[in-house]
Amino acid sequence: MTATSRAVRTDLTTLDVATLQQSLAAGEVSAVEVTRAHLDRIAADDGRLGSYLHVDPEAALASAAEVDRVRSAGGELGPLAGVPIALKDVVVTEGVPTTSGSKILDGWRPPYDATVAARLKAAGTVLLGKTNMDEFAMGSSTENSAYRATRNPWDLDRIPGGSSGGSSAAVAGHLAPWAIGTDTGGSIRQPAALTGLVGHKPTYGGVSRYGLIAFSSSLDQAGPMARTVLDAALLHEAIGGHDPRDSTSIDAPVPGLVAAARDGARGDLSGLKVGVVTELGGEGHREGYGAGVLERVAEAVALLTELGAAVRPVSCPSFDLALAAYYLIAPSEASSNLARFDGVRFGLRVGDDGSHDLDEVMALTREQGFGAEVKRRIILGTYALSSGYYEAYYGQAQKVRTLITREFSAAYADVDVLVSPTSPTVAWPIGARVDDPIAMYAADLCTLPASLAGVPAISVPCGLSEGLPVGLQVMAPALADDRCYRVAAALEAAQDAARGHRLLDELSTAAGAA
Amino acid sequence: MSNLSRTDVEHLARLARLAVTDEELDVFAGQLDVVLDAVARVGEAAAADVPPTSHVVPLTNVFRPDVVTPSLPRDQVLAGAPAAEDDRFRVPRILQEEA
Amino acid sequence: MSTDRLVDYDEVTTRYEPVIGLETHVELGTASKMFCGCSTTFGAEPNTQTCPVCLGLPGSLPVANAAAVEATIQIGLALGSEIAPWCRFARKNYFYPDIPKGFQTSQYDEPLCVGGHLDVDVEGQTYRVEIERVHLEEDTGKNLHVGGSTGRIHGADHSLVDYNRAGIPLVEIVTRPVPGAGAKAPEVARAYVTELREIVQTLGVSDVRMEQGSLRCDVNISLNPVGAPEWGTRTETKNVNSLRSVERAVRFEMRRQAARLDEGDRIVQETRHFHEDTGTTSSGRSKEEATDYRYFPEPDLVPIAADADWIEQLRAGLPELPAARRTRLQQEWGISATEMTWLANAGALGLVEETVAAGANPADARKWWLGDLARRATEAGTDLAELAITPAQVAELARLITEGTINDKLARQVLDGVLAGEGDPAKVVEAHGLAVLGESDELVAAVDAAIAGAPDVVAKVQSGKVQALGALVGAVMKTTRGKADAATVRRMLEERVLSS
Ligand SMILES: [Mg+2]
Ligand SMILES: [Zn+2]
Repeated sequence: MTATSRAVRTDLTTLDVATLQQSLAAGEVSAVEVTRAHLDRIAADDGRLGSYLHVDPEAALASAAEVDRVRSAGGELGPLAGVPIALKDVVVTEGVPTTSGSKILDGWRPPYDATVAARLKAAGTVLLGKTNMDEFAMGSSTENSAYRATRNPWDLDRIPGGSSGGSSAAVAGHLAPWAIGTDTGGSIRQPAALTGLVGHKPTYGGVSRYGLIAFSSSLDQAGPMARTVLDAALLHEAIGGHDPRDSTSIDAPVPGLVAAARDGARGDLSGLKVGVVTELGGEGHREGYGAGVLERVAEAVALLTELGAAVRPVSCPSFDLALAAYYLIAPSEASSNLARFDGVRFGLRVGDDGSHDLDEVMALTREQGFGAEVKRRIILGTYALSSGYYEAYYGQAQKVRTLITREFSAAYADVDVLVSPTSPTVAWPIGARVDDPIAMYAADLCTLPASLAGVPAISVPCGLSEGLPVGLQVMAPALADDRCYRVAAALEAAQDAARGHRLLDELSTAAGAA
Repeated sequence: MSNLSRTDVEHLARLARLAVTDEELDVFAGQLDVVLDAVARVGEAAAADVPPTSHVVPLTNVFRPDVVTPSLPRDQVLAGAPAAEDDRFRVPRILQEEA
Repeated sequence: MSTDRLVDYDEVTTRYEPVIGLETHVELGTASKMFCGCSTTFGAEPNTQTCPVCLGLPGSLPVANAAAVEATIQIGLALGSEIAPWCRFARKNYFYPDIPKGFQTSQYDEPLCVGGHLDVDVEGQTYRVEIERVHLEEDTGKNLHVGGSTGRIHGADHSLVDYNRAGIPLVEIVTRPVPGAGAKAPEVARAYVTELREIVQTLGVSDVRMEQGSLRCDVNISLNPVGAPEWGTRTETKNVNSLRSVERAVRFEMRRQAARLDEGDRIVQETRHFHEDTGTTSSGRSKEEATDYRYFPEPDLVPIAADADWIEQLRAGLPELPAARRTRLQQEWGISATEMTWLANAGALGLVEETVAAGANPADARKWWLGDLARRATEAGTDLAELAITPAQVAELARLITEGTINDKLARQVLDGVLAGEGDPAKVVEAHGLAVLGESDELVAAVDAAIAGAPDVVAKVQSGKVQALGALVGAVMKTTRGKADAATVRRMLEERVLSS
């Protein structure tokens, strides 16, 4: 049989999922082999990478073995049977510890599965583990995790982005073939950009939020983080679509994302109209942007033209207010979403020694269970919603949201997609921004408008600056996620062809599995 | 327009049930003041004719039928409880009458 | 508890005018909860009707129950409210162990139903109670206070929480302030809740059982000096949980506030608690330290947009409402408004209607339900409707009288039998031989015996003192143990004594 010979020849952790899936389906490799390869890699590298919060090798191998058993018995299997996956720890998993990166949920084993987790289970994926994240997804560097820092595989002294930094580090570091992230203000796209991955934030309502521990309900979306555009599309299709458990879930068919990715990879973008957002790194808006980042993005835009797209600048003045609006809306909703962490029904309880009444126990629990950034945002959100300030802050932020949405609509009347850098800078050194919330918040500058408008946006690698990955963001109208995949795939294919290899292949020489 | 005092932060922390320490109060008051100055820019979008957006999905009337579905087994309900007694969640004495 | 000084009730309204307001919470009788599929069955084992959603577990999301929304709209339509063409749920943020999410999903500035009114009759006068709003929210869990002697929150050592009730749909009906009721304010308050309860019951959207908490009232009261241009400061008395308590709470607060105002004190705007046992209220948390609820639109639920078709469909499905029904029945039965009020207050309206439907004439049906049966219910300390007799059985009883099978006196014995579970009236008559005697041999014999046994009385009658015949009638009735029809007996005696 070819299975063994092939497994010997190939490091299974370097394969993209599309390939892996075929090999598994063809019986060329077993699910156990694939799972074990990743578990070995985790055992070897995660000590220094810090991408996982929870790994249960036995459980992973057992579910892989079950896939193999069913396959050899000729039984019915899901389309992703045997493909390992990592889930951001914000995704609720039945019986599997789920912390959202917070001490307040230390040891909690949920009694139910998030819809995303359930769909991936039904598709036959093997859960490798839960990945690290900024506490309650509040952060852009994963330094706000209550448990550990995660390092960027490209440079271990740098952050992997956030809040889905555990997922980005795991996938870029080959500790998982792909992973689920969540994106509230850029938490899929920014870490994807900073680690050389593809990351897509779906149209709001495109992927069920049921079982995602809420940060900001009107913004949160789960989405794929993968090494290729095609893999991201595969994962998105596996988790997307209507869910009656989520009232904000859109009851419409998911557009053919895999087909769009395959179509895009053929490299023909003729007829496509692309708008380059002036306010996001364009003329007069370059302060705070890395020069190298802007160069790579300009090159990527030039490449789109070469592929046949018609490119033009588009101005969206209200995007300048996105940061301010976001840092009112998200903390406001978070202050309410996080009120349930009160030490009554689950999770941590502090001070229940007979000397404190319930009110005090709640306050002590929350004080000790939450980290500084979470408390900061809860206080900010509490303020923005409080009587007398609501209109000036929360109400006004929602008006900004209207303006931004209108500007997107106006732009999409003229162009098919909008592009910008995903992140103003490349990954920064660990610790560089921890004491400066404003500098940290500025990391989300480019990703926030799409979040506030609920439109889909993808980040696709577009080269290196200072030896670190840069991402291009492609935004599309609501429900037109397929356009993101198509454009990203075209760019990916063209760049890989020009480079002669994938960008991520350079990682082995940069950091390597030393 | 901002200027969040230490007392303000203390009041907000109380509203949010956070037993913040004195040092935290100092740090937070300073940081939040800076953040508030930055986010106060939303006031620039002052146009009265702009309606606020609370939901970006254009959905209305999403309902479920009035059908009973299974509840969780009680042992699972109470499994995560910090304290339980008599099949209920146990909490320390409540001083506050009612909210 | 401090004892409050009180002004005699009769005096209160000589100096002050009350303004009342009511907030009524109705737990809907849907099969499942407001935002999840958990059952709403009352009395289940603690925490057996809970799931990730109603426990507020991280990650869970609400989906609104269509039946609850429709029931709320129907209540609004029954009260003459405008149904909002577009409205949202809101989060009311506060911490308390019985609310699992740290906020209650409710409605704030965009209620589902706005305006409307309810007219109530008190002693022949109609009072209009304007409705401010009707909105939909979710109920809380239940705290059980352990340790300490009273089971109350004070003095308890710790508390235990059961979330079975958490998330049951709750409709809140808020009145506008009602001035002008004067000394009748307590009765108006009670009549309003009574009428509201009946409407909700008629709609079939709740069992409105106050003793089980499926209908709960908060009562607002303020007093202002007679003729004063502005209303006084109000207090809000929480969780007044019976119709009688509504009346008592208003009365007590009026007396207490009057005493304070007489002494030149301010009324503190505060929440008060009603004590069922003493009929008094006591101070709760004052509004000065009220929490800031930080309402904002619930992002996890999309807006409700009730279009005209939907509303009209719900309107068309409304049953005949209590007021309309009373007007119709009053006409059909030809009775006065006062009589109708008696019937309604006695809870006999439906019973009488069914009895009439079963063939009784309205006067008979009213007579039995308001008379003997009402007395027996009072004696047994139960509601009329809970007596072990059906309207059909009452109708049968009335028919037996009309047909002459029994008389009123016997009918009471028949009632005893029916209520004792011996079966339908005819069966009881049969079993006990209670039918009146026609001109049977037995009766003829009894009449003859009476005449023979009292020659002096016969002589008196024959000499013209016809009223003396009564003694003979009595004798016959006695021998036949009441089974004879008195009129028949009298006729038979007249024939024999006067014609001879
Ligand atoms: Mg309420
Ligand atoms: Zn439930």
